Amino acid sequence: MIPVYLLLSIAFVGIVFFALSGHKAEIGKINVWFNSVSLFATIWLAINVLNNGTILSADKAFLIDSFNVYLIVLTAFVGLTTSIFSNPYMAHEKELGKLTDKRLKLYYSMYQGFMLAMYLVLTTNNMGVMWVGMEAATLATVLLVSLYRTPESIEAAWKYFILCGVGIAQALFGTILLYYAAVQIGDGENALLWSELFQHASQLNPEVLQIAFVFMLIGYGTKIGLVPLHNWLPDAHSEGPTPMSAVLSGLLLNDALYAVVRNKMLVDGATHSDMAGHLMMGFGLLSFLVGALFLHRQKDIKRLFSYSSIEHMGLMTFAFGVGGALATFAALLHMTVHSLTKSAIFVTVGHATQVAGTQRMDKIRGLIKTQPKIGWGLLIGTISIAGFPPFGVFTSEFLVLLATMHSYPWLTLPLLLGIGIAFAGLFRHIQPMVYGEKPEGQQPVKANLLPVIIHLALVLWLGLAIPGFLAHWFSQATFLISGSSPL
Amino acid sequence: MNIESQDLYTQIILSMAALVGLTSFLMLGQGRLLRLIFVFAIQGLLLTLTTAVAAYSLDNHHLYISAVLTLALKVIFIPWMLRNEVLKSNLHRDVEALGNQTAIMLGGASLMVFSYYVLHPIVQTTSPVMLNALAVSLSVVLLGMLLMISHKQAIAHVVGFMSIENGLFFAAIVATKGMPMVVELGIAFDVLVAAVLFGIFFFHIRSSIDSLDVDLMNKLNEVDK
Amino acid sequence: MNWLIAILQTTLFVALAPLLAGWLKVCKCYLQNRQPPSLLQPYRDLLKLTNKQPVVSEQASWLFIKAPYIIFSATVLAATVVPLIAVDLPTSASADVIVMVGFFAFARFFLALAGLDVGTAFGGMGSSREMTISSLAEPAMLMAIFTLTMTASTTNLSLAISHVLEQGLVLRPSFVFALFALILVAVAETGRIPVDNPTTHLELTMIHEAMILEYSGRHLALIEWASQLKLMLYGVLCANIFFPWGIAQTFSLHDLGYGLLAIIGKLMVLSIILGIAETLVAKMRLFRVQEYLGFAYLLGLLGMLSHIILEASR
Repeated sequence: MIPVYLLLSIAFVGIVFFALSGHKAEIGKINVWFNSVSLFATIWLAINVLNNGTILSADKAFLIDSFNVYLIVLTAFVGLTTSIFSNPYMAHEKELGKLTDKRLKLYYSMYQGFMLAMYLVLTTNNMGVMWVGMEAATLATVLLVSLYRTPESIEAAWKYFILCGVGIAQALFGTILLYYAAVQIGDGENALLWSELFQHASQLNPEVLQIAFVFMLIGYGTKIGLVPLHNWLPDAHSEGPTPMSAVLSGLLLNDALYAVVRNKMLVDGATHSDMAGHLMMGFGLLSFLVGALFLHRQKDIKRLFSYSSIEHMGLMTFAFGVGGALATFAALLHMTVHSLTKSAIFVTVGHATQVAGTQRMDKIRGLIKTQPKIGWGLLIGTISIAGFPPFGVFTSEFLVLLATMHSYPWLTLPLLLGIGIAFAGLFRHIQPMVYGEKPEGQQPVKANLLPVIIHLALVLWLGLAIPGFLAHWFSQATFLISGSSPL
Repeated sequence: MNIESQDLYTQIILSMAALVGLTSFLMLGQGRLLRLIFVFAIQGLLLTLTTAVAAYSLDNHHLYISAVLTLALKVIFIPWMLRNEVLKSNLHRDVEALGNQTAIMLGGASLMVFSYYVLHPIVQTTSPVMLNALAVSLSVVLLGMLLMISHKQAIAHVVGFMSIENGLFFAAIVATKGMPMVVELGIAFDVLVAAVLFGIFFFHIRSSIDSLDVDLMNKLNEVDK
Repeated sequence: MNWLIAILQTTLFVALAPLLAGWLKVCKCYLQNRQPPSLLQPYRDLLKLTNKQPVVSEQASWLFIKAPYIIFSATVLAATVVPLIAVDLPTSASADVIVMVGFFAFARFFLALAGLDVGTAFGGMGSSREMTISSLAEPAMLMAIFTLTMTASTTNLSLAISHVLEQGLVLRPSFVFALFALILVAVAETGRIPVDNPTTHLELTMIHEAMILEYSGRHLALIEWASQLKLMLYGVLCANIFFPWGIAQTFSLHDLGYGLLAIIGKLMVLSIILGIAETLVAKMRLFRVQEYLGFAYLLGLLGMLSHIILEASR
């Protein structure tokens, strides 16, 4: 349990520390150090879980099993690499005069606040605290979306705040219903503990749980960015600082999906029907197709990739909904590779917009000629996210297709269609940005592409061969979620 | 379920449910911001009373803490803050044109029927009293959303947002005798932070569009961008 | 014996009505930092008016002269239906709450006709306003009363009150709504602030006063008395339906005395509340009265609905 407490306290200390001294020089590096320690703690935790199986803290407040431990490691990892990227990025923004000392303090402090909320959501054993953590994640990031104080960014932040706040209120109603079902079979204080609920899932009232799940899916689904609750997502991603877009896409959406899947496990245990899965499939497929179609209409590069996030989150939701060992395995893998790829892409996009001085895609031209590593980074990232072999996204999408063909053959067609549409949508925009003539006076910027290289290399590795311990890990998580083993 | 055969606690809870539902309807039809905030404070007060009654009759001490928190947050702090905001923005004399009032009210009534419909399966497992309490809370949540849709002022949106919280809180108190303490404290903390953030946002919105009319925030959309 | 008590009760109604008006005035004066008149001032006013010779316009028809008597007696008849100090009286057994509303409507009809009869501008204006308001107030009032009668399964006020008493303290959501609705209607029907201001003769705002502008002498005294009686009737309705405790169920002297004290106490409290409300609230524009009464109707409807949804047995 020590690493969990370490993890949470580092982030908490980070909030206070950066709130006091977030404006000083070299602060970006200290942020990197904070996140490195967090990553170290999570790896420690992961080794513990790998060796000893599920860990439940003595007061039952925290539960670490094979499902969430890998998300914790992923969160810490993306948190670290994004902080490596945000160091030069924020320094550059400050040089341009877009940010003041006060806002830098806010940025770094809330960066840790967001990480704390994410860790809380992932580690807690209490479904109520999970909700509190999700809401806290909104609250921590909402001021970051409006960090630049432009009318557009304030509008985006307001939209984000209101939509996610109202949306997540539905999830609280679902949680209350869950608790209501739980107190009928157990005692009050422990009734919201996931470990208890999961154990007694078959005794929970199926009628109440079905209603509860609908509210949970709508509530957390707002945060996943499921269509038609996705309106906040492109705005918040495009108007906030780019490191924020990277962690929102790479982490927040994942963790919201994590919350839904946890609830689905309970509902499946109680109802013994596919109702939850079918709902997730429906919303997932809709988001996948709408996200893919909207890719074509975008003019802003960050909006483009946020629609790509909607598309991929839809695919994951769909895969979790299909259920079964193979689909769940594919969804977990897709969660990982999407997080890694998407945050890598946002990092390169951040640098690309700094090179071009705008986010409008028709103004960004000739990236390879100006600064080859950014151009190639963007190109390779896009190839990866579009699902080209040999990258990991291809593997996971292929597995999803395989599982779908097995269980719901007629749904393979819309999936293939969506992948094709998304592919075309991404490349018609990316191709002229990467190639093409360099505009007059476009200068390279100081960029640290180490995170991009690491992320894409990992995705490539996952595409070529999933290392044994990771496969073992995934199959344990799959077993936990779906009840059967894929390998 | 004859009401005479229920105990006094249930009778109080049912009456409170009816009154909380009424305050939601009152807010829905309210064009003046100060009155809207006043009704919101009344709703908070009803919640406080419900919590206190529940705490007393269930002999549950942590519910007293919730009652005090509700009183401090939803009856005093948030209405005070919003009121200040209205006076500062000089909106207290404005009457908001509320579109088609009849349609909104009918919509509200149908939302209430809808919440009964949604939650009806629950009745098999529990007393109709719980169904009523839960259905009223759900309709308060939905009416809060309708309030946000039908009003244009950012302050009215915040009131709607907070009344959604009220509905959830009522459900938690009545149906489940309060959530576990740690969750309840967490929720109260989130509400407090949200209230403070709303205050900050009012400042930003006013300095960016010189008004608190949310309809004027229309720069971000999919078309013509 | 029973008839005797019934007659006594009605007499008490008639006799105490001016006292209630006086008490209300005293309350308001204290609240508004004024020197209050004597409690008995309404009696003196009535006496003074009765002794004066009425002045009747040459244009007035017989209706104008007869109307005060009709109005007064209709109101007194309405008062016989309402239990003041005891239930199960023969008068209240013979007529139910709809008859009571009918008496009110009857009195109002003649009042409005009398206002029109002389042909002055103000009289006609007052009559039309009065009819507008009452057409909106009456459904709201019936809705509120029906909530009670549905609970008690009878439209007889006396039986209904006994029913409420038998069940002891039961907190009903529907009664909360019905009480609010009835109070709102009572304020409108008795011409109090914020619907009408009984103390003003400002031509553009007055309603009740406009109709009786042409009356003087004993005619005026009767109409004033009738309206005081109406105020008391509504007060007793609110008090005895929703808080019936104290009312006499047997006809022993002890119980009756107790019932009298109880109703006096309840009415005193009610008038203090009314006084506070009248001090705090400003009179609203005539065109907003429909919203106000619409709200009262909504409350009555909600009371009915919550009776069906929340309370009725399944």
